[in-house]
Amino acid sequence: MGEVLALAGIYRRLVGARIRSQLQYRLSFALNLIGAGLISFLDFAAILVLFGQVDALGEWSVAEVALLYAISSVAFAATDLAIGHLDLLPKMIREGDLDVILVRPLGSLFQVVSSDFALRRLGKGLQGLVILVVALVAVDLDWTLGRALMLVVTPVAGAFIFAGVWIALATIAFWLIDSIEVANAFTYGGNFLSQYPVNIFGSWLRRFVIFVVPLAFVSYFPSLYILDKEDPLGLPLALQFVSPLVAVASVAAGCLVWRFAVRHYRSTGS
Amino acid sequence: MAQIELEGVEKVFTVWARRGRLRRQRTVVRAVEGISFSIEAGSLVGYIGPNGAGKSTTVKMLTGILVPSAGRISVAGLEPSSQRIELARKLGVVFGQRIQLWWDLPLLDSFELLRHIYRIPAERYRENLDAFVELLDLGPFLATPVRQLSLGQRMRGELTAAMLHDPEILFLDEPTIGLDVVAKARVREFLTRVNREQGVTVLLATHDLADIERLCSRMLILDRGRVIYDGELQALRDRYGDERTLIVDLEEPGPPIDVPGARVAKVDGPRQWLTFNRRETSAAELTAAVAAKVGLQDLAIEEPQVEDIVRRIYTEGVA
Repeated sequence: MGEVLALAGIYRRLVGARIRSQLQYRLSFALNLIGAGLISFLDFAAILVLFGQVDALGEWSVAEVALLYAISSVAFAATDLAIGHLDLLPKMIREGDLDVILVRPLGSLFQVVSSDFALRRLGKGLQGLVILVVALVAVDLDWTLGRALMLVVTPVAGAFIFAGVWIALATIAFWLIDSIEVANAFTYGGNFLSQYPVNIFGSWLRRFVIFVVPLAFVSYFPSLYILDKEDPLGLPLALQFVSPLVAVASVAAGCLVWRFAVRHYRSTGS
Repeated sequence: MAQIELEGVEKVFTVWARRGRLRRQRTVVRAVEGISFSIEAGSLVGYIGPNGAGKSTTVKMLTGILVPSAGRISVAGLEPSSQRIELARKLGVVFGQRIQLWWDLPLLDSFELLRHIYRIPAERYRENLDAFVELLDLGPFLATPVRQLSLGQRMRGELTAAMLHDPEILFLDEPTIGLDVVAKARVREFLTRVNREQGVTVLLATHDLADIERLCSRMLILDRGRVIYDGELQALRDRYGDERTLIVDLEEPGPPIDVPGARVAKVDGPRQWLTFNRRETSAAELTAAVAAKVGLQDLAIEEPQVEDIVRRIYTEGVA
């Protein structure tokens, strides 16, 4: 426990230093924030356009899809905020920053993660929260303690599910220095997949997001519970409650892959 | 047991070179091929070699950054790659071409972060910081963001950063690269002090032979992934540095002087360079022989430069 507190203290210091330096440029920070928020609204507009043509998407109404979308967005934004700079890993490797990290008495993943905190990415999170509130009003939820709790826990679990996936993907950089495009395709693709009802996908993609990369647990399964909706796929009810466990498994898997990758780190000549 | 021990250490990289659109050719690069040596606590050892000889690769294996392909490494009783974090507390590392300080932060804030990362007791931190601020004259730029420091100032900051947690061993990879004469002298003085006064073991990988000449009693010469010389600098001089040079300024320019036991290496107006072997001819004999033939204005004797010796070893191999 003392160890965890000490790490939290170091994390707060490192990230605090980064945040202070970002806030030095207030105007640029504000513009970035607004820009990111507006762009994500366009993203949501695509869903609205879709519903201009159809009344339901695989038995999901527009408000229900909005809820699905919002939960996934908030989770994604939280992950992006905390570890989005993992996409700088190829640069860190190329420029030798990882060498510096590896001679300090702290875990390498911890140091990479605490090397930045991109506040400007808050924009997307704010957009997600706005849509979440609108969607909750629109679906006319039958509030229970269980649902409220689920609504709080789900984005957190979702953020950790994303985190595990991103960490594993980022390690591609240990073998392929210019891997960012590959990783991005999966990162943003993953976000996209988790914003739509899983039952509209083809069967192989459905299996992929349930069993391989567990994106269905970010918002699809928990949303079924929150909306008190029957699963169009008819899968076991228990799946709607296991997102936190999936999150733990995802992060654990990500960390294992990371450990393996660091053992294969080749550094660069100097 | 010695503080640093390497036994048959190898590092092999596999490189995939592009051959056409999709075909790749696999080449194996042997960066380090079977290195063995050991270093006792408290020594100051120079580690030199041309580019690509495997110096940095060795330092990276010793610090646990790279996992060796074969062989055994022990540093301060630990195995670097598997006990990296534990070892990191006992090591100070300076990479001449990497920045370990936080770019955007004032120097002092970087030190503060390191205090927490290494969990240095507050009192110890204060003492060390005060000592280094004085020794390296950091006072004037402690509050300056690292990105605004000159290269020399930054290197002084890096040295302090590497030593704040009282490491047992200090690894340096090209710490004087790009520095001016004054800054180099400062770095060298610092290394001598921490080695003598605090008993820190120092392994200095460098290109700069002057670093080695001023600092190290023992040197390891590396070439193409192998240690080709391990011994005292003086012994190297004795073994390979037989050739001395007599520089004479004549009263007026003349043809190359012909005296037994010496060979004219260069003529520049009235100045001539005569090389001779110290075992066969003494400087006194030669001077007398030259003075008997031509009018002398001035003379000087040049000892062999380590650089020349090392160049000879690289090209001719170890005799």
